[in-house]
Amino acid sequence: MSPEDVAFRDEVRAFIRDHYPEEMRVPNPETDLTKEQSLLWHRILYKKGWIAPLWPKEYGGPGWSITQRFIFEQETSRAGTLPPLAFSVTMVGPVIYTFGNEAQKKKFLPRILSGQDWWCQGYSEPGSGSDLATVRTKAVRDGDHYIVNGHKTWTTLAQHADWIFCLVRTDPNAKPQSGISFLLIDMKSPGVTVRPIITIDASHEVNDVFLENVRVPVENLVGEENKGWTYAKFLLGNERTSMAGIGRSTRYIGKLKQIVKAEIPADDPAHLEFLRDIARIELDVLALEATELRVVAQMARGIDPGPAASLFKIRGTEIFQDITELTHRAIGNYGLAIREHPASANRFMPGPDYGHTASEKYLNARKLSIYGGSNEIQRNIIAKAVLRL
Amino acid sequence: MDIQFTEEQELLRSSVQRLLRDQYDFEARRKIAASEEGFSRKQWAAFAELGLLAAPFSEDAGGLGGGPLSTMIIMHEFGRHLVVEPFIETVVLAGGLVEHVGTPEQRQGFIPGIIDGTKIWALAWTEKASRFDFANVATRARREGNDYVLNGAKTMVIAAPWADYLIVSARTSGGERDRGGVSLFVVDRRAAGLDLQSFKTIDGRRAADVSLREVRGQLLGREGEGVALLEAGRDRAIGALTAEAVGAIGELNAATLDYSKTRKQFGTTIGSFQVLQHRMVDMFIAHQEALSLMQHLSLSLGTGDSGLSRLASGAKSKIGYAGKFVADQAVQLHGGMGMTDELNVGHYFKRISSINIQFGDPAFHLLRYAQLGAAA
Repeated sequence: MSPEDVAFRDEVRAFIRDHYPEEMRVPNPETDLTKEQSLLWHRILYKKGWIAPLWPKEYGGPGWSITQRFIFEQETSRAGTLPPLAFSVTMVGPVIYTFGNEAQKKKFLPRILSGQDWWCQGYSEPGSGSDLATVRTKAVRDGDHYIVNGHKTWTTLAQHADWIFCLVRTDPNAKPQSGISFLLIDMKSPGVTVRPIITIDASHEVNDVFLENVRVPVENLVGEENKGWTYAKFLLGNERTSMAGIGRSTRYIGKLKQIVKAEIPADDPAHLEFLRDIARIELDVLALEATELRVVAQMARGIDPGPAASLFKIRGTEIFQDITELTHRAIGNYGLAIREHPASANRFMPGPDYGHTASEKYLNARKLSIYGGSNEIQRNIIAKAVLRL
Repeated sequence: MDIQFTEEQELLRSSVQRLLRDQYDFEARRKIAASEEGFSRKQWAAFAELGLLAAPFSEDAGGLGGGPLSTMIIMHEFGRHLVVEPFIETVVLAGGLVEHVGTPEQRQGFIPGIIDGTKIWALAWTEKASRFDFANVATRARREGNDYVLNGAKTMVIAAPWADYLIVSARTSGGERDRGGVSLFVVDRRAAGLDLQSFKTIDGRRAADVSLREVRGQLLGREGEGVALLEAGRDRAIGALTAEAVGAIGELNAATLDYSKTRKQFGTTIGSFQVLQHRMVDMFIAHQEALSLMQHLSLSLGTGDSGLSRLASGAKSKIGYAGKFVADQAVQLHGGMGMTDELNVGHYFKRISSINIQFGDPAFHLLRYAQLGAAA
């Protein structure tokens, strides 16, 4: 790192230390915070001008180098801060400033930055998971509106959302990829219904979103009609380096080590087994981090990393699943207990505090190898795009 | 070797199957687990009426003499239906201990209440520092007349909120991790000085932390033999838990196979993708091996082979890893649906995760298998 980068890192560290809201330090930030609480840090970053590292300066980005962006990502995730809502800041925002018109940029970008609008993603449908190009939600032009009908699913935090960006079919006769458009829909529109999906960890994170004769102004179409697939693919490519989750994994390994130390006596042979298992995961993290640094260095030199995101997604999620599983094992019998949701400090949970979220994290982490393009799909991508098989 | 069931065993299996098919489908089970008490006394009574609670006990003890094979048959079906009622805790663990080491008075006093379904039992051996070690006991018991008085705390006691009696391990002599000096006691769950703090488990059951302050209990088995008794009890429980796991594994494989033949993506069923075919073949192999090992263990439990305890640990480990593999892949292959509370797949996943913790995880039993092998 250059002296400037070191200074930048120290600045970020100090800022997190001095400004991260105490209120957000709850046992499981992903599930235990209200919408308002989870936006606290977002608003602090917004005021600082750090909310959208990826965005160009003209739209409100901080104008950082690739290395600085990477440092920021590393420091915030190492510190365990709740990242600003990805659907807003890293997903729909860049699509709008890249492909949207001036009116859309003016209307939506400032509200994304300030946290005024909460976005969710209308991609998956019951019949379209891995095979996203087959989305069937229909948008039919009617004067200066589209009439939208369909059923989106696995929509993360739709219960909080003000807006949803949707892949909709506008040309039923074209080839699957060519008849899709990218449409922005106000969640308050008549005909939009959100139904919770409760997952195996008992949390309410995802939803079904039903769209029945929803009237969407034509001005909410992003880019050109029937070009939505291009924008969707652009958006997925944006996640690149954060997928490896090095900071998060490093943080959870630290916790795991403390748990093993507290739970398993040093003279118990299981202690050594845990140390060995942890060491193996640490080496996995080290190798992935080194790969990430190599890719970041290449990107800084202007080299397109290609489908590196797939590699990061596969290994990053596998590593985090290993960590949550090992943590769940480390707490021994306490792994049988699980917090009830909504979480409440008044409900009794057995065992030490550090074990209270281990079961739900373990269960919740099963989704990682499924969502965002299952790990099977990511392997297909590497097989085709890298190995040319 | 493949177990050929006798006519009686076939009858037992088909009657359990019929009962569960009629009264314990996934929605019924969901309602039971979500109810105030978290289990169904009505179902428990139905199990008693069908003779399930009597099946493994010897005829001497008033049972049907079905032994470990009847437990295997019952638990295999219970695993398929994710039954939450405390058969293992009451019949296999407590019933087994009372039958094997209880005094004639204790056998006559306690077993009829188990068999007729009026009394529920739980086994309280886990403590804060015990992890999977029966000998790590800080709870103490001192003799007073014919009774003992217990002081201490137990944690993670499955089924304790439902129980009428607890079997509690407590130290009558020795230091905190000494194998000797641990004894077992029968304690009335409503006894003065006994308090519960209840909570839910990941597999939809109920458990509790138990605190004991000057609680009166009666000795079960000889003083100082508690660890050996618990080890024998664990072997029997493993027979039941592995059968339950194999039942769950079979259901997961069937559900996954079915899903892969109907779920279409990229214009074809996902079961036509070779990478998923191979995955499901490995799941099939895992089920076959687990099933065989389950039978092997249950037969050995019946004959009381000398290497029994080592075999039990081996089976717990091997079937544990098999269950984990199958459960992971069943969720993965079901995609988002596998993550939902609505579908049964995630619930099998959670039960298998829970089985893998109870009485020691697969890694613990692998090590024990190795150690007992080296000692032999």
